Formats: sequence, C-alpha cells, structure tokens
Amino acid sequence: MYSLNVIYVLWLRQIKRYYRARSRVIGSLAQPLLFLVALGYGFGPVFAQAGQGNYLSFLVPGVMSMSIIFTAMFSGIEVIWDRQFGFLRETLVAPVSRLSIMLGRTLGGATVATGQGVIVFFISLLIGFRPTSWGLFIPAVLIMFLVAMLFTAVGTAVASRLEDMQGFQLIMNFLIMPLFFLSGALFPLNDLPSVLATIVRIDPLSYGVDALRGLLSGSAFFGLGLDVGVLAGVTVLFLAIGGYLFSTIEI
Amino acid sequence: MSAIIEVEHLTKKFDDGTVAVDDISFSVEQGSIFAFLGPNGAGKSTTIKMLTTILHPTEGVVHVGGADVHENPSEARRAFGIVFQDPSLDDELTAYENLDFHGALYGISKKEREKRIDDMFEFVELSNRRDSLVKEFSGGMKRRLEIARGLLHHPRVLFLDEPTLGLDPQTRNHLWRYIADLNASEGITVFFTTHYLEEAERIANKTAIIDHGKIIASGTVEELKQNTGAATLEEAYLSLTGKSIREEEGSARDHMRAMHRAWRGGKR
Repeated sequence: MYSLNVIYVLWLRQIKRYYRARSRVIGSLAQPLLFLVALGYGFGPVFAQAGQGNYLSFLVPGVMSMSIIFTAMFSGIEVIWDRQFGFLRETLVAPVSRLSIMLGRTLGGATVATGQGVIVFFISLLIGFRPTSWGLFIPAVLIMFLVAMLFTAVGTAVASRLEDMQGFQLIMNFLIMPLFFLSGALFPLNDLPSVLATIVRIDPLSYGVDALRGLLSGSAFFGLGLDVGVLAGVTVLFLAIGGYLFSTIEI
Repeated sequence: MSAIIEVEHLTKKFDDGTVAVDDISFSVEQGSIFAFLGPNGAGKSTTIKMLTTILHPTEGVVHVGGADVHENPSEARRAFGIVFQDPSLDDELTAYENLDFHGALYGISKKEREKRIDDMFEFVELSNRRDSLVKEFSGGMKRRLEIARGLLHHPRVLFLDEPTLGLDPQTRNHLWRYIADLNASEGITVFFTTHYLEEAERIANKTAIIDHGKIIASGTVEELKQNTGAATLEEAYLSLTGKSIREEEGSARDHMRAMHRAWRGGKR
C-alpha cells in the first residue's frame, strides 16, 4: 500500500511537469506534424504507384511511434536532469525502495509518452487519416503504453549510468535515431535487403510500429501476437535492467 | 547523553584510487549542535553522503538514530532530514507540492501532512507563497523551503550541508535563529558544515575538523581554541589546517549549472 502510494506520487509528479510545460508539448508536436505532411503527402503518389496503397495511412502509426519513442526516452533521461539539479537526491534519501521510485517515474513518463502518441493520432485525423476501425483504438492505446514503458525504461537504464548531459547527443544519435529509422516506421518491410531485414527484426520498436499498423491501418507484417509477445518480453527485461541500474545510483 | 550518530572506522576509497575519507571515527550526542568543518576537498561532503545513505562506504560502520545506514537504510532515513548544499527542489512544482511530495514519500497520511505543512510554512515564514512555483523563489526562500521540507517528517537529526552559502547576512541570521529554536524546543540534533567559522563558533556545542580525509581535531569550540592558543575558532582552524588554498576540481555539475544559468538568465 505504502509503495503504491510512492509510485503514485512519482507518477503524479511526471504528469504535473508535463502539464506545466505546455509550450514544450506544442513544440514537440511540430516534428511529427512535419513528418506527416512532408512525407505523407510527398511520398504518397510514389507509394500508390508502387501498388502499396495509401502512404498516409501507412505512415501515421510510424509517426505516432516516433513521438512515443522520443518522449519516452527523454522522460527516462530526465534522471540525468534530476541528478544535475539535485532533485534526485531528495528521492534517494527517502525511506522507500529504489524500485518503487523507478517504477513510479517510468509509469509517469510512459503515461506522458502515450499521451503524445494519442495527440499525434488526433492530429493525423485532421490531415485526412482514418483508422480502419474505431473499436481498435483502445487496444492501440494499450500498445502505445507498452511501447512507452519499454523506452522509458531504456532511457532510465541509460541515464542511470551517465553523470551529465554530455552523453545526451550520443544517446540521441546512436540510440533514438537508429531505433526509429530502422523500425519500419517509414517504409514497408516486405522485400527488404536481408541485412536491413535482420536489423529491423532486432529493433524492438519495429514490433510496436507493426502492432499499431495492424490495429489502426489494418496491415500487420509480423502479426499482432508476435508483436505483443516481443514487446511485453522486452519491456519486462528493460524494466528489470533499468530497475537494477537505478538502484545502484550513487551520487 | 547518548550518541545519535556513531561513525566507526569510516573509509571511502574511490575507483581512481583516491581516499576521500580515511578511517574516521566520531560520535554526535543527541540534542547537540555539531559543526563539521574542513577545507574544500577535505572529505566533508563524502562523509555526509555516507552518513545519509547515498554513498556506500568502502569500510566502516555508521549508525544514525540507532540504525545501521548500510544494513537498514530505511530506518536510518526516517531518522534524519537533510538540506543539501545545492538546491534539490523541483522547480516546476509549487512550494506546497514539494512539501506534499516529501510527506507522501515519508508515508505521512494526507490529513497529518496538511497540518504539518501548514506549521512548517509558518515556521519558515513562507505561508503566503505556498502556491508559487519554486522557480520563482530567491536563493534564500529556497533554502528556507528546504529546511521546512527537511523537518516535515519529524526527524531526530537534521543534516545541513553549508546551509548559508551564498545567502545575505539577514537571511543567514534568520536561518540560524530557526535552527537554534528548533534545537532548543524540540531537541533535534543538528549536524552542519560551513565555511563561515564565526557562525560555527556562535552556534555549535561541538565541532570536528576534517582534513585530507582524517579528523585532525574535535571537541567543544572552547577546547579547540585552548589547544591551539587561538582567540577565535577561525584562528584555531587556520592553525590546524594551514593557510594554503585548496583546489577542488570543477565537477560536471558545476558545468551544467553554469549552462543552465546562461539559458535561464541567471536567476538561480
């Protein structure tokens, strides 16, 4: 009961911080909008000519995933921020388990990232996207949350090992960007060169994109069962790793 | 009088081989005001970190409030409150939310929390600013809020790591008055570090001086002055630690702080 309350207050803190930084929220929506408009409309004709159907409806789940992975990783990385500005110490000297602190933060970060994904979904409605079935929206939100948990945990794990923001660009260029671009968020997975096809299969985000595509655009490549299985397994793994690394933080 | 902080053979050796704290032992009596003094880089902060459970000692045992900080950190953590050298508030939350968060972390019930927070706001004279965001606060107000927070869960020991650094004389006087009041009325043990030796001389019952990771002198202020034949604590301190200036490496944190300040327009 007590640890649940601890998890709750840490979750609430993340939500409050997100809500108060409204300008940041609006700023962070510019990039997905740009992707949707420039790529969605720009590649649309070529995609249709190649017989692949409507590119916008293919792209939307990918851009939603982009928004989720960026927000989720940054929420995880906030650990570095809190370390630099001292707030982390306040939580570390409190008489609560490190694991409940990590879980609360991760749930909060994941909730925020899911919110971003949902907002991108509604933006895409404005520019002409239509989901295949509204009944699958709620399952899609659950998938988004799973993806968000996964990458918030990854961000927390990485941030627990970093002292300062110097490593930030590194994470950006060697983790977030490759995870996103190699996930099949922007291109179809059939007939890929074998090296790329293998890399795509290793990237956990691929399964998130695929699941969302299955639910919202009606065309999963791996199949929903495999998607959910992989996502759930990898999420548990990274929660464990993140929880362990977070518990070893010394200041 | 019984000891509320007991430190035995405490040692911290870092991975790069430096020995920051080298086999120190001391105890702090319940209800006393204890000044922990020493030059920059002498091992003060490392010691405080080990006393407050955020850094694991290489060797040695520490008891705070009767609990072993390594074996039973939760119980030790409940026994102390701390005001860190650098601010550790969440700037994006209000003063009230910062205290409420703290209370929840320490398992204080909602009802009790509300009352205690009111009392603490009154104590540090911030009642009228309870719903302001912390980022709008001055350095002195933040420090007062941190003291309120450190006391919220009725700790038996209050750690203060250079609590008056960077504050104007008015605020400094105020802070020491709160702390002395608290010590007198509730019997809270106060463990503090400072570079303002006249403050230590005025308020502390006992002091210890650490240098190069070892405790080089301890006792009451009077004893220290007598042993060194000095007129003030500052003279005693200088005759014990020498007059050369200590270099402390700029940490990544200082760098970040400078960057942050540059971005935010230097209000910190």
